[in-house]
Amino acid sequence: MTITFQPSAFSGLVDRDNGLVSREIFVNHDIYAEEQERIFTRAWLFVGHESQVAKPGDFFISSMGEESVILCRDRQGEVHVFLNSCTHRGMKVCRYDEGNTPIFTCPYHGWSFATDGSLVGVPYYKDAYHEELDKSEWGLLRVPRMTNYKGGIWASWDPQAPDFLEYIGGFRTYLDILFDGWDGAEGGTEIIGGIEKWLVPSNWKFPAENFIGDRYHNISHRSVDLVGIGPSGQGRRDNRERDGAKSLDVSFPERGHGTVIFLRPADAQPVQSYQNDPIVAEYFYACEIARKERQGELWRILGGPGTIFPNMSYLPRQPRSIAVWHPRGPDQTEVWRWFLVDRSAPPEVKEFLRQYYIRYSGPSGLTEQDDMENWNYAHAASRGAMARRLRYNYQMGQGYAVDDFEDGGLHLPGTVLDTTKARAGEQNQRTFYTRWADFMAARDWDELAGWRNGKSANGHAAQGNGAAGR
Amino acid sequence: MVTDNVTANDAVARLLLRQDVEAFLYHEANLLDERQYDDWLDLLTDDVRYWVPMRRNVKFGELEREFTREGQDINWFDEGKPTLIQRVQQIQTGVHWAEEPLSRLAHLVTNVEITDVQPDAADAGEVSLRCRFIIYRNRVQTETDILVGRREDTLRREDGQWRIARRKVLLDQNVLLAKNLTFFF
Repeated sequence: MTITFQPSAFSGLVDRDNGLVSREIFVNHDIYAEEQERIFTRAWLFVGHESQVAKPGDFFISSMGEESVILCRDRQGEVHVFLNSCTHRGMKVCRYDEGNTPIFTCPYHGWSFATDGSLVGVPYYKDAYHEELDKSEWGLLRVPRMTNYKGGIWASWDPQAPDFLEYIGGFRTYLDILFDGWDGAEGGTEIIGGIEKWLVPSNWKFPAENFIGDRYHNISHRSVDLVGIGPSGQGRRDNRERDGAKSLDVSFPERGHGTVIFLRPADAQPVQSYQNDPIVAEYFYACEIARKERQGELWRILGGPGTIFPNMSYLPRQPRSIAVWHPRGPDQTEVWRWFLVDRSAPPEVKEFLRQYYIRYSGPSGLTEQDDMENWNYAHAASRGAMARRLRYNYQMGQGYAVDDFEDGGLHLPGTVLDTTKARAGEQNQRTFYTRWADFMAARDWDELAGWRNGKSANGHAAQGNGAAGR
Repeated sequence: MVTDNVTANDAVARLLLRQDVEAFLYHEANLLDERQYDDWLDLLTDDVRYWVPMRRNVKFGELEREFTREGQDINWFDEGKPTLIQRVQQIQTGVHWAEEPLSRLAHLVTNVEITDVQPDAADAGEVSLRCRFIIYRNRVQTETDILVGRREDTLRREDGQWRIARRKVLLDQNVLLAKNLTFFF
């Protein structure tokens, strides 16, 4: 049974002004059920990459919240997302992970659906249904909102949701670093075959908040930093390009997205990196020069981890990848991980990155194994009757973020906390949970799209809407 | 009769080889279970390939696409000795939280079949084999994983002892049910 909460039931769980978040929102089963309704049926969710459904008939089974969906390209070449559930009796019409098919035939009673979702085959249609069933009414449930932004396919169940570009707002400046080529070429990326999928015993919000900008968890990665798996043989990443750069935590409180970036000095020049391999070093150096040429001042931005609310996180540079934290109950998350490379990169570069991605990421990755241990046992130790009465502390750097950040003539979109000296802050995490509270309280997208009237659902001022510029 | 003697000698050679190979596999499993990681690394050739593909649900007739490809796709593991050494070094830092405290491991190796011998059983320099494994992992208090699958190994004789030159691990899972793979197959 689903309890229908009044919006007021969630007030107080996120204390934005004091930087405190109730542990209940991570461990409480009723709150979890409400999240599925209020967040996952209304937000834009990442479904897959267009290169996974390149040809007509190609399909990739994805997930939106807890639910299985089919991402596919129909015979006319149009891309769709459907609920993977037969409209007759609910059976999954596809239990493969990916492939190519002219038709999805339900294994239960045989209803068949074309790749545009239409119901095209019904056994005994003439004799048992007397041709009275209106097949046009019983196609697969189409996810009503879908967009392809630079190869990334996103979808929302809410017909009232704003367009995707309005949903991300000024965050686009940062998301582009993920999907554009390293040289800045528009949407110049593709997926490397093989999507990592695994279970983590923690609430889905732990990884989402970790990726939105937790610069504080260095101790987690002490072991991998000691061993040195980075592309230049040191640390866990190659950080030379960050020399002299400012560390900035950028967030969009009225939208819930955030990322950590590094901003190179105004007079910075491309530097050589990835010196372990001359071909790779040369490729990235040439890309950096081309990107500087193409993007001017924006080239100074070096992307870091980020999260698009609610559950899509990414690493735009090293190791370039997308993670979606699919909720699987309050105590479990199914992680799906896509890896991206420049489509036009030479084979040596793709292979170099592939090996680095594998040793860094996911359950077999030297870096992320230790992240999951923390999410696992932070969650486990927050479940008890006493433990859940406490609140998590997100007070770091509170009150130090600015909405009009400017450096060397470059204005950055978003609310910016300069963490160069502080080294860490929790503005982005506060942003994430502020937005979480918005979604749990708001009746509809009129309330959720607070930037349209300068107010968010929580009543805080909305800004940071524009694109970067000088 | 000469022919019978040759056959008998050959059979004995194959029996001894099988005994030798199995003893090696059990010894190796024991090193892993006893956390003798440096000794385990010594059992790998310098050019070892260690490959654990991911596994897709695909339609009958498309089974060639079931596994992610070595050297091309993202795999759980697709690496050589340098990265394996780093994995061991990481465990040995004592601050690799995913293995600190250490896992309790039991490698059960069974269904051993020798599939190829070069040049011959009496003077084997390289042996290909397949086997099944069950890895039981228990950690911290109640954390438990059971991983079952098939392995294809190539052993090479170097300096009078067997070393692993290639290991392919076919894990019988789609979504990985374990939160990490901090151990060796």
